[in-house]
Amino acid sequence: MSSTLQELYGRKGRTVTDRDAQEITRIEEVSYELRTADVMNRDLKCLAPTNTMRDVFNVLHKSHISGVPVLESDSLVGIISQEDLMRAFADGDQDAPISKYMTKKVMTVKSYEPVIRALEIFSNTKVGRLPVVDENNALVGMLTKGDITRGVLVAIQKDYQDEEIRRYRASHLFEDIISDRTSLILRYKIKPRDFDSGGQASSHIKRALLRLGASPQLARQCGIAVYEAEMNLVIHSTNGGVLRIQVEPRRILMQTSDDGPGIPDVSKALQPGWSTASDLARSMGFGAGMGLVNIKRCVSKMEIESSPKGTKLFMEINLRSDETFKAPPGSSEAPGV
Amino acid sequence: MTLQELITKLNLTVLTTPRDFSAVIPQGGYASDLLSCVIAGAEAGNIWVTLQAHMNVVAVAALRDVSVVILTENAQPEAEVIEKANQQDVILLATSEPSYEVVGKLWELGIR
Repeated sequence: MSSTLQELYGRKGRTVTDRDAQEITRIEEVSYELRTADVMNRDLKCLAPTNTMRDVFNVLHKSHISGVPVLESDSLVGIISQEDLMRAFADGDQDAPISKYMTKKVMTVKSYEPVIRALEIFSNTKVGRLPVVDENNALVGMLTKGDITRGVLVAIQKDYQDEEIRRYRASHLFEDIISDRTSLILRYKIKPRDFDSGGQASSHIKRALLRLGASPQLARQCGIAVYEAEMNLVIHSTNGGVLRIQVEPRRILMQTSDDGPGIPDVSKALQPGWSTASDLARSMGFGAGMGLVNIKRCVSKMEIESSPKGTKLFMEINLRSDETFKAPPGSSEAPGV
Repeated sequence: MTLQELITKLNLTVLTTPRDFSAVIPQGGYASDLLSCVIAGAEAGNIWVTLQAHMNVVAVAALRDVSVVILTENAQPEAEVIEKANQQDVILLATSEPSYEVVGKLWELGIR
């Protein structure tokens, strides 16, 4: 991680490889989200232009820092660093005033600017630290590459923890909540002919199941059944329909319902390759006549009720004993309670 | 054969976020433009060759954990499709060649 940050800082004049580009993405995102005020060092050590280079040595040495801002009646007039100190000591000029060796043209960043702005300055110049000023140009902190690295790492760590917590909470849902029969119901409205959002509900469901602690295989199996059912609503239903998933510790019930036009011949619809899909649907790669066949392969039980007034498709997956969601001990999950 | 080598050998354009694909080793492949057939026939880790380039290609690929899709005959997906693919960790590659040629080359390179 830190080497990638190094690469980000030192990017100038260097080709960014594919690998950099991929790894930078999240870091860059964080660099836009974080403000310099979030990561800067607020514990300011300042000196006046009249202080001596020996004072600089003492402050740097005592505080383990590599540079300090120089203030004259509260306004920033320069910056003095380890390198300036070395020059002064090389000249035997330890008692010279700071004003003789300090950098007077000081680059600053605003406290409300994103960290990426500071990174740009670091990568385009040789400066190692930047004073951070507020909207009135008053000095409020100092920023080094190290501060940014720490800030970014903390932010990324937090992302990771948030997802871990989500997963943890979800996977213990059935264990933590005690009832005689616990089930989690997810409902999705599916719009007709909306091929662009088609498939979205099933991808949400797949993700939800993974968070609940389902195995990838189980999540995939449900995902497929639900995807085919969802696309049936998109392709065939008159007004769209509803997709309802009921997750229980030992089984998953899935159901779609719509209000028409119904399947003309259910037994034919169950034959591989039979389809009534429109030309538009076919042109997009649907209508292979494999939808219900695919569903059947993935579920333990499938039932269809269809009339011109609407179609209900019931699907059920019984979980193998090693796949069950964690349930509180002693709870009954007898169906139909 | 790594995906990185395949991209070079078949001169494929990377549509999703480019990165070093040396760690991706495709296992076999599947070719079809019919989504339900892909759902039924493709396996996790396969390369999927198709000329469909709409949103549901990403949905189906993610569903089957097919992480690599080669879009043939210059099929050009919309920006949202590429964005979705990035979110779902699906790698979209493009070529001007027809599926038949692409599959033939993949087969010869040992992707079976």
